[in-house]
Amino acid sequence: MQKKEFTITVYTENQVGLLNRIAIIFSKRKINIESLNTSPSEVDSVHRFTIVIHETEDVVRKLCRQIEKQVDVLKAYYNTNDEIVWHELAMYKVPTDAIAEHVKVERLLSQYGAKTVVIRKDYVVFEVAGHREETEKLIQVLEPYGLIEFVRSGRIAIIKNSEGFHRKLKQFEETQPGHQAVENEYLDKQQEVFSM
Amino acid sequence: METTLMAKKQKTKALTTITGSEAVMDALVHEGVTVVFGYPGGAIMPVYDALYDYVDRIQHILVRHEQGAIHAAQGYARVSGKTGVVFATSGPGATNLVTGLADAMIDSTPVVCITGQVFAHLLGSDAFQETDIINITTPVTKWNYQITDATEIPQVLAKAFYIARSGRPGPVLIDITKNAQLQTFEYAGYVPCRHIRSYRPKPVIREEYIEQAAELINMAEKPFVIFGQGVILGKAENEFARFIEKLGAPVAWTIMGMGAIPTHHPLAVGMLGMHGNYAPNVLTNECDVLIAVGMRFDDRVTGRLDKYARQAKVIHLDIDPAEIDKNVKTTVPVWGDCKETLPLLTRRISKRSFPEWLNRFHELKQKEMEKCIQPELYPRHGEITMGEVIRALNEITRGEAVIVTDVGQHQMVACRYAAMRHTRSNITSGGLGTMGFGLPAAIGAYYGNPQRTIIAVLGDGGIQMTIQELGTIMQYRPNVKILLLNNNFLGMVRQWQELFHGHRYSFVDIQSPDFVQVAAGYDIPAASVSEREKLYEALQRMITAPGAYLLEIKVGKENNVFPMVPQGRGVAECVLSKEEL
Repeated sequence: MQKKEFTITVYTENQVGLLNRIAIIFSKRKINIESLNTSPSEVDSVHRFTIVIHETEDVVRKLCRQIEKQVDVLKAYYNTNDEIVWHELAMYKVPTDAIAEHVKVERLLSQYGAKTVVIRKDYVVFEVAGHREETEKLIQVLEPYGLIEFVRSGRIAIIKNSEGFHRKLKQFEETQPGHQAVENEYLDKQQEVFSM
Repeated sequence: METTLMAKKQKTKALTTITGSEAVMDALVHEGVTVVFGYPGGAIMPVYDALYDYVDRIQHILVRHEQGAIHAAQGYARVSGKTGVVFATSGPGATNLVTGLADAMIDSTPVVCITGQVFAHLLGSDAFQETDIINITTPVTKWNYQITDATEIPQVLAKAFYIARSGRPGPVLIDITKNAQLQTFEYAGYVPCRHIRSYRPKPVIREEYIEQAAELINMAEKPFVIFGQGVILGKAENEFARFIEKLGAPVAWTIMGMGAIPTHHPLAVGMLGMHGNYAPNVLTNECDVLIAVGMRFDDRVTGRLDKYARQAKVIHLDIDPAEIDKNVKTTVPVWGDCKETLPLLTRRISKRSFPEWLNRFHELKQKEMEKCIQPELYPRHGEITMGEVIRALNEITRGEAVIVTDVGQHQMVACRYAAMRHTRSNITSGGLGTMGFGLPAAIGAYYGNPQRTIIAVLGDGGIQMTIQELGTIMQYRPNVKILLLNNNFLGMVRQWQELFHGHRYSFVDIQSPDFVQVAAGYDIPAASVSEREKLYEALQRMITAPGAYLLEIKVGKENNVFPMVPQGRGVAECVLSKEEL
């Protein structure tokens, strides 16, 4: 099985220390987290982690089961890039002179869909939202013009084929959950394993 | 005393003010806790102060080191099926629990540890005896939580006990800052926890997998059942017995599953794993359907994975979804509590027997008998072997005793040869292999079931790792029989150095004190034996002694444990002697 990029979406309770508990699941296996974002979710009181790693599907499935096993975790999903809509936000600080003197820079920035956040006498801050390849390319483009600072956020992702968590959470809150709430859905993904 | 307690009880009912520490005590009483293993210190003093008023309902065993407390709690939990409880102070008190937590985590033992912590306003200031015990213990706890406000205590402790014992059990650590222990608050009484929305103790059972599993089993010609501690943890011994007896297939156990069925059950073919029995290891690679119940395919059981049961269809029954496909690819996963899934499966399978297939196991057993078992259990000359000690012990206890072991050669020999008629009789550190586990675990095992004979089978290395717990025995007189198999070596490491490191005995030559004198210092009757003729009588004297007793038996210095599945080899490559390596 080939390694590729997977986005893991984890719905959790909002609990101190949970970030560490989840991070340990990766570091224990010496797996590097490429990107990590925590945020509120569509459900009030439920937290959402978005984690990007580069691994084989087999490993990712096992990781998700280990994550889901944690007491404060409601659910963990994993998706390939074509199953999600995703963005990262990048910010660039460039000397104001460079923008003023080179018309090309201005053109480049609009080409990449950059929005101006701050304009000062000495520097300008732009932001670009998009995929990693795009934001990365802009670094190279801006470097000759004296890029001062660069920062990029963790990935945030929406699962295309998801009905959200509201209905699921109701099931979780019941003592006797239905099939939807339980972990067995990974099993449905591996029909080919059954040889009968 | 009685009146103050009554008054307190009334106070609870009347929703009056109590301290955080009193809330801890009330939680313990409501959870049915009758014994706590612990060690006091600065940051947990308010809890100990509250305990002072509860000594008629909660027995506190003062150990000599916090590691002893948690191993004792583990022994208690494993024998009784209840949750073990530990008190320790902050800082070093708490960090001393880490080994036991890791052990309880990997062996799925329900333990609740309550640690004191510095005042909340001092957190992060490197205060005296402050450690970040929550982050230190995160990888070795099923759940942990820090309480900084007394109002959280009832709810969090209810959660702690529920999480520790439900589903796949495990250790939970609750860290309570000193201010929360001292703080008074309006107490509304204890409400046990029954549901946590983010926590699924058991997966939902799916009928279709039960059907598929039953179909596979009914078509099998050489089915082989292997089981682990899940049968014991699920209290499913009867359900399991009915299942195997209807199926009529050979049955083998992992070290953690041992005892769930009597070791002399007609379908029993022995122990799996590196030093398990020859037939069940070798024939794992001949069965057509492998039915694994409540076990996790540890590498010590499977040997090399790409040479493990490749020919077999695998049915895996487990309560923990994360165990399915973790190590061995499953054909049919049967998720759920085996107490519920086994009867569903039993109902759907046909009553059968496999005399020829069972005979294959008996044939291979003969081979093991001649090469390993006979010389180990019935040596004619030379030094005493560990095996013959266990054989003699079996003759005296008739499989009625609880055998608590430490880690090493004596552990493998005890688990290979001890007879067990009852479940919860084998208490050992299986997953973590914690030397020093045996002595404190035996103390806890006694409090878990004082009616049973508790025998701590220890090595000369392991006993010295927690030998201070002899002091606990001296103080509380639990009836623990210590059977010390002394070969004057760190035997298992020595065996590996002999077999795989060219006989280079690097730092395994351990010197020991005069154990009889040490025991005498602790006011524990003791004896030492090195002659075969005196062995049986000495064992009998130990068993019939009215209380704790230490019997040191000087055994062969360079004996090896065989059979063995050498590391990195397949189970079918199990060898019976060093000449075969």
